[in-house]
Amino acid sequence: MTAITAGVERFFASELFHNYRRNLSAILGSLIILLFAGMVSVGPLLVAQDPYDISQLDLMDSFKPPLWLEGGDSRFWLGTDGQGRDVLASIVYGSRISLFIGLTAMLASCLIGTTLGLLAGFYRGRLDSFIMRVADIQLSFPSVLTALFLMSAFGTGVEKVLIALTSVGWVVYARTVRGSTLRETQKEYVQAARVSGLPNRKIILRHVLPNVLTPLIVVATIQVGTFVLIEASLSFLGVGVPVTEPSLGLLIKNGFDVLFSGLWWISVFPGLFIMLIVFGINLLGDFLRDELNPRLK
Amino acid sequence: MLGYLIKRLIQMVVVLWVVSVLVFLMMSFTGDPTYMMVPLDATEEQIAQARRLLGLDQSLLTQYGLFLQNLLQGDFGRSYVFRQPALGLIMERLPATLEIVFLAMVLALIVAVPLGVYAGANPNRAGSRMVMAGSLVGISLPGFWLGMVLIFVFAVRLQFLPSSGRGETVEVLGLRLSLTWSGFTHLILPAVTLSIGTLAILMRIIRAEMMEVMKQDYIKFARAKGVNHQGVLFKHGLKNALIPLVTVFGLMLGDLIAFATLTETIFAWPGIGKLLVDSIYRGDRPVIVVYLMFVAFLFVVVNFTVDVLYALIDPRIKIK
Repeated sequence: MTAITAGVERFFASELFHNYRRNLSAILGSLIILLFAGMVSVGPLLVAQDPYDISQLDLMDSFKPPLWLEGGDSRFWLGTDGQGRDVLASIVYGSRISLFIGLTAMLASCLIGTTLGLLAGFYRGRLDSFIMRVADIQLSFPSVLTALFLMSAFGTGVEKVLIALTSVGWVVYARTVRGSTLRETQKEYVQAARVSGLPNRKIILRHVLPNVLTPLIVVATIQVGTFVLIEASLSFLGVGVPVTEPSLGLLIKNGFDVLFSGLWWISVFPGLFIMLIVFGINLLGDFLRDELNPRLK
Repeated sequence: MLGYLIKRLIQMVVVLWVVSVLVFLMMSFTGDPTYMMVPLDATEEQIAQARRLLGLDQSLLTQYGLFLQNLLQGDFGRSYVFRQPALGLIMERLPATLEIVFLAMVLALIVAVPLGVYAGANPNRAGSRMVMAGSLVGISLPGFWLGMVLIFVFAVRLQFLPSSGRGETVEVLGLRLSLTWSGFTHLILPAVTLSIGTLAILMRIIRAEMMEVMKQDYIKFARAKGVNHQGVLFKHGLKNALIPLVTVFGLMLGDLIAFATLTETIFAWPGIGKLLVDSIYRGDRPVIVVYLMFVAFLFVVVNFTVDVLYALIDPRIKIK
């Protein structure tokens, strides 16, 4: 317990926190992220309907415009779609799927990429060149395109989107971690650990790993935003999540068909929410990059 | 230099070979194209014959051998849907894609260079902060969604620009280009949509490079010797800031081609991106394969050229 309070105290006294308090955009970014965290956790309790429970939908309510337009309905603040589904409720449920995919794929990429990067940087040799060649080839293709091909082979599904995103996302961690590991293993503390006869596994996990993690915080933060955007693109093209689990991107796709009839709110609002969350993540990510990356100072 | 070139060329071939293996494996494990070929009421015998025709009764290795042999002979198979050589389909649609990619890149440069230089040279001004906030918004928004908003505002509401398709084209040196008024109006919205992401990233890169360059001694020296402000910024600053930009050209082009699939889908733009998406829906395997191999080839060649150019432009970089 005291260790935790000491850690928290140390964080509040740190330079990072000191600068954070003076950085408006970092605070704004975290507020947006907190807002979304609140929305996906308690949002479903607050919205009027469960948009995927057919018994709660009424076709009489279809294509209602947002509240402030003529014909708006006070029950549906952001209007409804063709099946009488509340757009705001769809966004709340869709954000859960989008953010779940973004976060899970980020964690999986981080885990796999960091492991491979540590192994490559610590053991070097053939394993290293193999992993790095694979990374090079993959980096010569834009991630959206790679993910698109994987999804066209897999078919739709949340777990398939996760696999596709992880297959493109691990590279950046592997490269970053490998670089730092190469540097760290040259340092005296690692050599001291070797001399004192610690097994490699322990050296990697207890000594190298904690010292290569800092740059990953920035990469991981921004990657959640990137993944949300890629997932939205895949779902928009119809090769992402299935219609039973609509993410924000799929909501945009559903609204695209009726856009030409002037029913803009069905697709515009989900897109605004994607932009807002990714913007928040990027604001925080930018701040962390400036703070944690000593090369830029 | 020559040794380096040869080494890179071998690397290019290896990369393309790896891509061909991956593409082949992916295509082999996803669905059976036989059913695309035969009528719905086909008999067992007809199906077996179609499988033989497609070579699907052979072992995977033999199939790959055949696949590679055909690739090397420039035979990429025929589209199941169009019953035409798949490579021809890609080549037919390539000018349309290159058109929006090129225009998007030019747009991105025209806007990003001055704003990036401004923001990099005066990092603390309110205007620079606005530029940076704007670029962050540009990175954060889904490009395809922006395209839809543009369609709604300019095509549906204002009825000012066409919402989809390619306008009239004229043939120039065997290429069909949108060099007519109708062609131009159709080109605007897709090109703007496609350029936003690249524009935002470019602006941030130029700003970062400018900030780095403006700290250098040669900038102080240029100021000291009385070069005017514009001259310092553009002749001394930007010129040096642009060198690292060459390396991101390949990445930029890659992103533009990747996001063209989305932009073309929204605007029903008849380019290779839309062809790819349509072929994925229809399970038109040969077209997907050609697209992949073609794009891989393009990226590999562009990256190679960029690396060589980089070494030529900046004499400080020695090629190992």
